[in-house]
Amino acid sequence: MSDLPTTAIAPVSSAAVGDYVQILKPRVMSLVVFTGVVGLVMAPGHLHPFLAAVAILCIAVGAGASGAINMWYDRDIDRVMRRTASRPLPAGRMLPGEALGFGCVLAVGSVAIMGLAVNWVAAELLALTIGFYVFVYTMWLKRRTPQNIVIGGAAGALPPLIGWAAVTGDVGWGAVALFAIIFFWTPPHFWALSLYKADEYAAAGIPMLPVVAGPRETKRQMLLYTLVLWPVTAAPWLLGIAGGLYAVGAGVLSLIFTLSALRVRRDETDRAARQMFHFSLAYLALIFALLLVDHAVMQPILGAVR
Amino acid sequence: MADDPQDARMRTIRARNRALLFVLLGLVALFYALTFVRMGGH
Repeated sequence: MSDLPTTAIAPVSSAAVGDYVQILKPRVMSLVVFTGVVGLVMAPGHLHPFLAAVAILCIAVGAGASGAINMWYDRDIDRVMRRTASRPLPAGRMLPGEALGFGCVLAVGSVAIMGLAVNWVAAELLALTIGFYVFVYTMWLKRRTPQNIVIGGAAGALPPLIGWAAVTGDVGWGAVALFAIIFFWTPPHFWALSLYKADEYAAAGIPMLPVVAGPRETKRQMLLYTLVLWPVTAAPWLLGIAGGLYAVGAGVLSLIFTLSALRVRRDETDRAARQMFHFSLAYLALIFALLLVDHAVMQPILGAVR
Repeated sequence: MADDPQDARMRTIRARNRALLFVLLGLVALFYALTFVRMGGH
């Protein structure tokens, strides 16, 4: 028998406040919040401004909770990839249990406050979003299938529905159209990134489409999704929730997105894929900004006509 | 002069505690305001 003391020393956390902020994935959160705001503004009806602010806060915190639990689960592969190696968990600044506990508390808290303050339909949709991102995307699909971001993209597409439901208490066709825009935008956005990070994804054992099917097939599918986005982005106009200003702007943006996919198809280097990835972020933000601007312009006109 | 690791750790803990205090105060203010808004019939 050893004479060594058997008392275990608990690991000590050195996580700073900034590390807690970082595991909430603030950049992803900003796009989620923006699309949630657009869903909230576009929805027919009225919500008290303070309750609207609480709904947006809950969407932001729920998205952050998903990010924290995702970082807890993916800490092994994050260590392998250069893009993620400096995150608080793989860098050793935060203990896994801290991230998991932080994420769970925020998830439960955001859903509970959404339900108590706004309505329970919005709260259920928020719980569905968090659950889908954590269990379906992160734990089930991400490491198993090249369709991971296609199906998992549904989680990122749900925030406009939550914003819409916060106002109306249900989900209308307009909200479904906003969902569809993000859902069909997600594959070409992530595949553009994975085209020039394919070696890192392969090293981490993540079956992204360029790793499994090669760049040629990935570029073909990216182009197809950009073509699908033409009718999908026209849907808000066809449904009558957006006007001509939006329709023209969305058409121009979709044309540029398709042209960038064609450039990626012809380009043998990473350059066009990098440019398309950055443009894809601007594309989604501009589509949703156009919806807001169009709404702000059209609403007074429609009000005067009525 | 090199920074004492013990001092740096204490600063980190103090900053975390302050952040937690602000979050808790924010929650109190949130529920206080929510009560008024919801009691107002919204």
